[in-house]
Amino acid sequence: MTRSTGFSFIAPLLVLMVVAFNAPIVYMLGLAFWEKGRGFTLEHYEGLVEAPVYLRVLGNTMRIALIATLANIVIGYPLAHWMRGLGSRGRMIAIALVVLPFWVSILVRTYAWIVVLGNGGIVNRALQWSGLTDSPVSFLYNELGVTIGMANVLLPFLVLPLFAAMLRIDDRLLQAAASLGAPPRTIFWKVYFPLTLPALAAGSLLVFILCLGFYVTPAILGGGRVPMISNLLDTLINQIPRWEQASAISTILLIVTLAIFAAYRRLDRKASA
Amino acid sequence: MSDIRLEGVTKRYGTFAAADSVDLSVTQGEFVTILGPSGSGKTTLLSLIAGLNRPTSGRIFIGGRDVTNATAQERNIGLVFQSYALFPHMTVLQNVLFPLGVRKIGGAEADRLARDALKLVRLDGFENRRPSQLSGGQQQRVALARAVVFKPDILLLDEPLGALDRKLREELQVELKQLQRTLGVTTLLVTHDQEEALSLSDRIMVLDKGRTQQIAAPTEAYLRPANRFVAEFLGIANFVSLPDGRQGVVRPERVRLAGAGQGQGQGQGQAARVVEAIYLGQMVRYHLALDDNRSVVAAVPFLGAAHAPGERISVSWESADVWPVT
Repeated sequence: MTRSTGFSFIAPLLVLMVVAFNAPIVYMLGLAFWEKGRGFTLEHYEGLVEAPVYLRVLGNTMRIALIATLANIVIGYPLAHWMRGLGSRGRMIAIALVVLPFWVSILVRTYAWIVVLGNGGIVNRALQWSGLTDSPVSFLYNELGVTIGMANVLLPFLVLPLFAAMLRIDDRLLQAAASLGAPPRTIFWKVYFPLTLPALAAGSLLVFILCLGFYVTPAILGGGRVPMISNLLDTLINQIPRWEQASAISTILLIVTLAIFAAYRRLDRKASA
Repeated sequence: MSDIRLEGVTKRYGTFAAADSVDLSVTQGEFVTILGPSGSGKTTLLSLIAGLNRPTSGRIFIGGRDVTNATAQERNIGLVFQSYALFPHMTVLQNVLFPLGVRKIGGAEADRLARDALKLVRLDGFENRRPSQLSGGQQQRVALARAVVFKPDILLLDEPLGALDRKLREELQVELKQLQRTLGVTTLLVTHDQEEALSLSDRIMVLDKGRTQQIAAPTEAYLRPANRFVAEFLGIANFVSLPDGRQGVVRPERVRLAGAGQGQGQGQGQAARVVEAIYLGQMVRYHLALDDNRSVVAAVPFLGAAHAPGERISVSWESADVWPVT
């Protein structure tokens, strides 16, 4: 089959992608550079810089995304490592438990957190019963609740690739390291951890990027009091409406995301060179 | 450099004994091969000696020290796997430096030791390559350098040449033997390849179903096998009935052939038919059928002419070449 006949097979799909997917994005991003009757302009970006609230929301989003990602790493790495050590039946059950939330609607999961974390929820009742606090700790409608919710929803994105990478590590490598005289700590940090690092970095990056654009969980668990980029965009588009401003913010978010991704690719290539 | 001693070493998995009261004594600087089919327990035995596994009962001594309950880290053993087990995220040099770093040897001294070890396996100039950029034979040599760079008390080799093609394997056998002689390190090799065992070792230990069948020098084990299993596992064996009712084994190269009816003048030749003639370069191997339908294998030097399948010939052997087995 020649190249041109191959192209004709995918051409319909390509047209669909460009018309239905890429063109609207370009139009959306272009909005920020266009003012009716006056042509090209940068004033919407100037507006962003002049009103510090926008940059503050962007910074806020990055911070929450970073914390949620770190929480994911702290929980996900030991979890994946523990799963590797299980027998084949244990592994199946553990994978099912990790993946199960995937099959439940994200709305249901997020509302479930309201039940769990609310003032009369199990967490607060347990805390009060154990005497750690007298009055309920407020987990909801603040950054803590949003971070907990996002970390939970995104955990499989980190755990699954990490677990796969850990399974690929040959036990004989670890045995070889032991026979060469390395104590368990050295084996972990010099052999095991470096071999899982690419998967950890890729999973973390995925989680971080997904956090940046998260909408449902911050909207519900934040109760409108934790401003993140996507909620800001919702306000700008559906309530005010100021599409040009929203477009400018989207562009900046896209550039930030691409920059992070490019940095990761560079690191990755350097590591595997 | 140390000796190895196993005393009644047993490893059970449930009721299955992977190693069944094995005794073995390897003297300092000796090269001993544990030979057996897959599932004979030879790798289990090696992992017990390496400390990757604990025996159910019995004791293991290295250099006179009881290491039965010592961890792998405490045993100072160089271990080479069939799969090489090189660290893929490290360069060749970093791999060889690893055991030195663990022993707090660093700087110029570690660098010198590592480069010396790489020179020993003829891999100088490959220091900064990754294992994935090397051929199988080169990777195995890196694994060897990594296993000897820290001057281990003993060297354990688990089918080290098993993954290589025949020609490379023969080359590396010679290198391995030379390396072992240069270092004078007590070496224990595990293999299912009887040729490898015969060509490399000072002594071989034949293992079957977790039990020792024979421990002897290669020629001894080949010519005077302790039992039927050893006779069959080491090369090709022809079993013949002895006058006293026992069975005896005759090796193919001891079988003499002559044209039909020619005998050897001694009248003890048996009539046989050539079933198959296989050319092996310098030798021809004949699969023969005696008149009572027993089969015999003979190996004779190829001198330009051979018997054809279907041809009738006379087969004989000296009674001194028959070794009785149980």
